[in-house]
Amino acid sequence: MKKIALALAAVLGLGVGMANAGDTLRIGTEGAYPPFNGIDKEGKAFGFDIDIANALCAEMKTKCEIVAPLDWDSIIIGLKKKKYDAIIASMSITEERKKAVNFTDSYYSNNLAMVAKKGSSVDPKNLSGKAVGAQRATIAANYVTDVLKGVDAKLYDTQENAYLDLASGRVEVLVSDKLPAYDWLRTKEGKGYEFVGDAIDVKDKIGIAIRKKDDDLRMKLNIALKAIVANGKYAEINAKYFPFSIF
Amino acid sequence: MNWEEIFIALPKFWDGALLTLELVILACIAGFIIAIPIALMRASQNWWVRNIPLIYTFFFRGTPLLVQLFLFYYGAAQFDFIREGFLWPVFKEAYWCALIVFALNTGAYTAEIFRGAIQTVPHGEVEAGVAIGMKKHTLYRRIVLPRALRMALPSYGNEIILMLKSSALAYTITLMDLTGVTRTIIARNYLAIEMYFTAGVIYLLLTFVFIQVWMRLEKRLLRFQNV
Amino acid sequence: MFDLQGFGPQIAFGAWMTIQVALGGLVIGLFLGLLGAAAKLSAYRFLRWIGQLYTTVVRGIPEILVVLLVYFGGEDVLNRIAESFGYDGYIEINVFVAGITALGLSFGAYATEVFRGAIQSVPIGQIEAAIACGMSSPKVFLRVTLPQAMRLAIPGLGNLFQVLLKDTSLVSLIALPELMRTSSIAISNTREPFTFYLIAALIYLSITCVVLIAQQYGERWANKGVRQVRT
Repeated sequence: MKKIALALAAVLGLGVGMANAGDTLRIGTEGAYPPFNGIDKEGKAFGFDIDIANALCAEMKTKCEIVAPLDWDSIIIGLKKKKYDAIIASMSITEERKKAVNFTDSYYSNNLAMVAKKGSSVDPKNLSGKAVGAQRATIAANYVTDVLKGVDAKLYDTQENAYLDLASGRVEVLVSDKLPAYDWLRTKEGKGYEFVGDAIDVKDKIGIAIRKKDDDLRMKLNIALKAIVANGKYAEINAKYFPFSIF
Repeated sequence: MNWEEIFIALPKFWDGALLTLELVILACIAGFIIAIPIALMRASQNWWVRNIPLIYTFFFRGTPLLVQLFLFYYGAAQFDFIREGFLWPVFKEAYWCALIVFALNTGAYTAEIFRGAIQTVPHGEVEAGVAIGMKKHTLYRRIVLPRALRMALPSYGNEIILMLKSSALAYTITLMDLTGVTRTIIARNYLAIEMYFTAGVIYLLLTFVFIQVWMRLEKRLLRFQNV
Repeated sequence: MFDLQGFGPQIAFGAWMTIQVALGGLVIGLFLGLLGAAAKLSAYRFLRWIGQLYTTVVRGIPEILVVLLVYFGGEDVLNRIAESFGYDGYIEINVFVAGITALGLSFGAYATEVFRGAIQSVPIGQIEAAIACGMSSPKVFLRVTLPQAMRLAIPGLGNLFQVLLKDTSLVSLIALPELMRTSSIAISNTREPFTFYLIAALIYLSITCVVLIAQQYGERWANKGVRQVRT
């Protein structure tokens, strides 16, 4: 029995690496959340989150490795299992998530918004019975399931699929982070849509998630973050994507 | 192992399991109805009658169910003429999309199973039917189909189990079946192993109950068959 | 309509990854299938029980759950085995290994039944003759049982491999960049789901065709010299 177990472990060891892989900082990101994180034609990750990650690593003088694409539903679980060391994927700092991981200081601010077709008679105060969509495992999803009562909640594995269904009319209202929605509204598909209602959850802050025991990594990232804000690198990256400050 | 959280989540698992069962039962019934004419066509002597349905069964057996679901749900919605057509109320609902794709999928596999069974009906019985002057449709109704369906029972039972397991993919198009409920719960409490374990146990129970029922059915319908 | 908008190479890479995952799963699955069949045919009741447990459990839960369970639970199991040998570090499994292990586990459970049926169908007279000739147990297995069992197992295994090929699409749900996932990425950039999923479907069909032809060659090779029923 021991022999078989050993053989199995050896076979699996072919694809296995050791987690203390030296000085490379492995940063996990989803890759399905433009303009913050996406995957391009060559299979490489791009976006605001990636630019921030690279800037932070340059500041900390460490080598960085971006791990993408990743499944959003299990991205925190992957962090706990040491598949990567930090998550820079536009993750909101919430009390619920703080039970599982620690966060650095925030690197941008967000709020939720509702998106619907231009000219539709959707009343944000009264959505009962309507189909409302959001990406699963996000604060938008929590808002839809906890706060909005009586709606037909539809949850998606990726933000992309949620947009597809908004565009085709399967959901009348989409609740999502305001900034990616702002970006989507500028695209060809988003042209016929607009924000409705007031901004929700205005105090939402986005941070980098790290394992609870990695406090020195947290401090290093915080110091690096302060540095890139101070020396203008942050503003440079910000301007690349948005004409207003998102810090 | 966090048993407490599993207990708290059980009512949601129940709802999910009900949707799963609903989808599977309806899809299997629809699939059965589709499969019989297709199987008969596939067993025909005529080249055209035999090979046109082959396009259908080849496509649905040769591509993954996930692709079929996405093609139907996300793919169809890309086109204006579908979004503005009269069938939109059907395409719009994830429930109908899932049901139709599942039915077509299980229909294709079932058709091939029934075809194999039809072709294995002992020719002597067919000859006997012809000898006493049965018309073609009576032949099929009284001899070929009853015999073929009975022979197909074990394979068909397997196919139904496979459909039950494939139904787990319904969550990818926003349906809250058993797997969808599981993923949503895990998104809040991060207890992946506990929740997937529970879902696995529930699927096993469903499979087990079904197998018991099916074995009873086989015993009864094949009671005059000398094994 | 078939303008890939530059995503051709990525899709091709995805297709190649799909094939790799399928082959990886096949290797692990065949290995587990043989082990399982050996366990189920063994003289020891405990081994028979383990074999039965393996096939019943793995065949009874959806493949997607097996994938998810292996991806999340697999490392815990490996680390516990390693600990019992005194290994102190931390082993991690990447998505590819998790994927082929899960698919291999699934394939193996069904393959166990195929192998078991095939081995049991080898005429017992041949085994007895081999033993009477003085062949040792391993030799009997390698020279007599296995070649004849393979002939009977190939159709079943071929079908299982086709199912495996399609199940590789499930690994897209844990973000392995095989065909389905790379198609989704292309779609998130081009917003044309129908085009890309249709292309993915056609690629799966082509691979299936190739496997079907290979299966027919395999059956012909394994049946060399055997007279078969012609209808």
